[in-house]
Amino acid sequence: MTDIATPTPSGTAAAFADDAYIPPRGFWNATIRFMRRQPVGMVGIVLVAIFGLAGIFADWITPYNPTANDFSAMTEAPSWAHWLGTDQLGRDILSRILFGARTAFLVGLTSALVGGLSGLVLGVGSAYFGGRIDLFLQRILDIVMSFPLIIMALAVVSIFGTGVQNVIIAITIPLIPRCARVVRSSALAIREIPYVDAARALGYGHSRIILAHMVPNVVAPFLVILTAFVGQAILAEAALSYLGLGVQEPVAAWGLMLQGGAEEYASTAPWIAIFPGLAIMLTVFGINLFGDALRDVLDPKMRER
Amino acid sequence: MHRYIVSRLLLVIPTLLGAAALVFILMRLIPGDICLVRLGSGGTSFSTQALNACHAEIGIDKPWLVQFGQFVWGLARGDFGLSMWSGKPVVQEIATRFPVSLEVALIATIIAIAIAIPLGTISALKQNTWIDLAVRSFSIAGIATPAFWLGIISILLVLDLTQAISGHPWMPSIDYVPIWKDPIRNLSIVMLPAITVGYRYAAVSMRMTRSAMLEVLREDYIRTARAKGLMEKIVINRHALKNALLPVVTVIGIEFAFLIGGLVVTEQVFNLNGIGRLMVLSVQNQDYTMTQALVMLVVTIAVLTNLAVDLLYAWLDPRIRLR
Amino acid sequence: MRRTYWTAGSMAALVAALALPALADETPKRGGTLTYMIPADAPPSFDGHREETYATIHSVAPFYSLLIRANPMNPGDSSDLVCDLCTEMPKPTDDGKTYTFKIRQGVKFHNGDPLTAEDVAASWNEIVFPPQGVLSVRQGNFTMIDKIEATDPTTVVIHLKFATDAFLPALADPYAFIYQKKQLDQDPHWYEKNVNGSGPFKFVDYEAGQSIVGERNPDYFHKGLPYLDGFKGVYADKQVTRVEAIRSDRAAIEFRGFPPTVRDELKDALGDRLAVQESDWNCGGILTINHKRKPFDDVRVRRALTLAIDRWGTAPELSKIAIVKTVGGVVYPGSPLAATKEELEQLAGYWPDIEKSRAEARRLLQEAGAEGLTFELNNRTVDQPYKYYGIWAVDQWNKIGLHVTQKVLPTGPWFQALRDANFAVSTEGNCQNVVNPLADVAKYLPHTASSSNYGNFEDDTEVDIYNKMLRETDKAKQRALMRQFETRVLSDEVHSIYLLWWRRIVPYQSYVKGWKIGPSHYVNQDLGTVWLDR
Repeated sequence: MTDIATPTPSGTAAAFADDAYIPPRGFWNATIRFMRRQPVGMVGIVLVAIFGLAGIFADWITPYNPTANDFSAMTEAPSWAHWLGTDQLGRDILSRILFGARTAFLVGLTSALVGGLSGLVLGVGSAYFGGRIDLFLQRILDIVMSFPLIIMALAVVSIFGTGVQNVIIAITIPLIPRCARVVRSSALAIREIPYVDAARALGYGHSRIILAHMVPNVVAPFLVILTAFVGQAILAEAALSYLGLGVQEPVAAWGLMLQGGAEEYASTAPWIAIFPGLAIMLTVFGINLFGDALRDVLDPKMRER
Repeated sequence: MHRYIVSRLLLVIPTLLGAAALVFILMRLIPGDICLVRLGSGGTSFSTQALNACHAEIGIDKPWLVQFGQFVWGLARGDFGLSMWSGKPVVQEIATRFPVSLEVALIATIIAIAIAIPLGTISALKQNTWIDLAVRSFSIAGIATPAFWLGIISILLVLDLTQAISGHPWMPSIDYVPIWKDPIRNLSIVMLPAITVGYRYAAVSMRMTRSAMLEVLREDYIRTARAKGLMEKIVINRHALKNALLPVVTVIGIEFAFLIGGLVVTEQVFNLNGIGRLMVLSVQNQDYTMTQALVMLVVTIAVLTNLAVDLLYAWLDPRIRLR
Repeated sequence: MRRTYWTAGSMAALVAALALPALADETPKRGGTLTYMIPADAPPSFDGHREETYATIHSVAPFYSLLIRANPMNPGDSSDLVCDLCTEMPKPTDDGKTYTFKIRQGVKFHNGDPLTAEDVAASWNEIVFPPQGVLSVRQGNFTMIDKIEATDPTTVVIHLKFATDAFLPALADPYAFIYQKKQLDQDPHWYEKNVNGSGPFKFVDYEAGQSIVGERNPDYFHKGLPYLDGFKGVYADKQVTRVEAIRSDRAAIEFRGFPPTVRDELKDALGDRLAVQESDWNCGGILTINHKRKPFDDVRVRRALTLAIDRWGTAPELSKIAIVKTVGGVVYPGSPLAATKEELEQLAGYWPDIEKSRAEARRLLQEAGAEGLTFELNNRTVDQPYKYYGIWAVDQWNKIGLHVTQKVLPTGPWFQALRDANFAVSTEGNCQNVVNPLADVAKYLPHTASSSNYGNFEDDTEVDIYNKMLRETDKAKQRALMRQFETRVLSDEVHSIYLLWWRRIVPYQSYVKGWKIGPSHYVNQDLGTVWLDR
């Protein structure tokens, strides 16, 4: 699905299924090695950090209150007083973008984490226990995955109302089966390897086997898909807010800034539409760069070179 | 293999039934109903008698189980019922809107394939050079850009450019004509949305192509072919591409399936009378029959596409084929 | 610095000033097709008797005739009602309780059948006394009608239960299409999907979500009309699309209304090629308070809510970006029954000194023990002007120390919340068609008297005043009663909070002539007098 976004992992599950994962020695070594070998990834991290920190410290660094209407300064072009201009209610766009970073990351990280972790549990569980549990879970996940996202989001919002929590719910639900699918394929590869059966024969409990053997193997694709999720969740929030289903006025959120007013004023006051869109693009761009670099690092085949 | 095909086909049924149950319940959990939407939009008064008459007319006063039974029985017969909003057959309403979405999806796919495969291949061949970096940035930008924002900006650019050049702002025709009636007008309506959607589609496919090509190029048989002295072009086209294309085709296929149901925001931006917009409207109007039918349509397409992909992989995987 | 403010009087003057030159100045040209935008996706049905959305009117009004209607040359004056199918406006007899209408002869439906008084009576009987299973949405406007009958093929007599000024404007209901009796007897639901009228245009084609097309009716009974060869209404529920269509001349006009920024944008882009008509709108935004939800059962809290809102100060700013403008009470500002500025300033929430007003609000909240109250404002997911009302109201209430957030819902759930009394305060709209203050203010009566009120309160005094006013024929006494009614509803008991009256702005390609704006986007839409100057 293109606009209400589906994360399509950039490598197939097959790319990770074959080799068993060997964790690198020491976290710091890995980080330094990452920095040196993946300059592009560093660019990504820097971009994400800029927006992330902006969101965290927004209260202190914004020049104006993001929700204060100022009818004497409606739709003003960028100027020294308002670096990025004002919108039709006179609100400073720079301030709204900085606070919007907070909303974006809140929604993005929460949806990605909740969706990802749920998907991880379901995927690994499904692969490990196999049999009827696997069949049943797969059907449920199939249903959710093929269900049109927009109808699900519209229904959630109509039932529970708009607002940040409900947007998070609406975005998290479709992420779960997508994560579960990828995790399950990786986990299945481990499942086939004899040492799981051997471990069971030796009397090891389910949780020990899962945690010690299966989960480490799926961590790599899981982390990659998690970063992809954050980006897709931010895009999804933007799309939902554009349709009027996301966070509501007067909360500052990038997608909301692109709704209604931005289009109406696009020819007379284009800055209202341009800057929030750029913010979204740069943030997701950075997240994707980081995700790519992460995948390159974690892909065992590449690491061997 | 036959066992596999049959078992996969059988598994489709519970998925479809589950989706039917999900949409049925989800819609009825939304407070209010279509009669309220119809009667209530302007603030004028209406009597409870009128409301009850409306309910009875549409059939939502019956118990849920009865309604669900009617729905599923209708599905089995291929009868999707009448739209609660307009009273016309659901199939007819969908049929008038489907061509637009399909056309946008198809043209977007063509654009995507035309861009993705060559660029993805070049990027893989010239890995880690500046060409690779440029292509990768281009593709990541495509994934990162909100499609609707791109749409808004592009409509405005066209309006402003045409106004600047000719003094008369131009925008595509506002009513849709099918391609066989007036191809130029049709393409002028569909081109911009298709490009907007196609960009992201191309971006995803480009990355897949690059990734798959990289893997294939590492394979031994490629090294052998090169060592044999074969021309690079033949190595790429005859050996590498052929094998790399499988995952690429998979991704293109899956994305296409989601595209049909996912054009919502694009259709809003470009005001296209397509399936995506119909979905939004039918949920907002709380038109149960229409929403149910649309969901079943989209789910069926998605499920069948997944099935086709699975079967394709199964056929290629000797472990399963020879069972 | 307080901006100058529009009062009812200057409003009327403005509307008059913006009126188009009389048609006599230019000779209408025949021919051409008018393409216009309809701000909706699709009408739920074509049957005007059962729908109350402008989508239905803008789609099919050109195909139908009415018994009486607002004067197409002067729709701004709601006392100027003229005959469409009748021959002349009757004088009421029997102490104002009986109206005898003579129906034109020689009128034909589009299918060739003649139109007689029987058809008129049957259509009106369906509206006022709908049979079982038939929906008539505005039935409540006609409670004064006792009987409708066709005494002979050219005469329709309507008997009222009591004489009232509210009758004729109600009768000019633009949704009251005259249907064929034969058809209604056979299948009253036929008109939902089919068209057979006696209007200036004949139905040609309809594509759901796309467009509706009509062509000239050569047998139209108003000789010489219509000027147009045909029309095409294109559906687009997104404002930007409609604006761009007009800007690039894909369409000439949209008949609902745009916010002022659109007018300015189009003026910049098109210059002389653009014409604009503006009018006050018989639509307004109100806040409904759920009297059963504590602490809103306390009149002091309700009064605090209305006192906090700075109408005079904010309206000029809001009017630049939203389709709102005039500060008024419950009566349409252009009507003689409307309050003057001085009278308004006596009401709570309309005091000229906002600081004093807000101080009083805080004092009342303290007295009622409701300081720092937290609640949700229910709102609809509709941009203009609901989104702006919501932002504005929340902002104003936060200024007196309340903590208000918005709960925004799509139409169905929003309505359900109203009906289930599952809300604290909710935005609502009150859109009526022909200006008929006596009927239009019925919305503020308690639910037992007006089924469209969701405030959950009882108030016999209010109902008393209303009933007296409805039956009062002396204009001065009527006005005095209206002041009493308004004061009780908005200031003493604060059953409803009136926000702002809407403003209708219609920018269009200047080659469109013969159409005059009025206070209602439901009225004057049959396009019979429209012509194209090119």
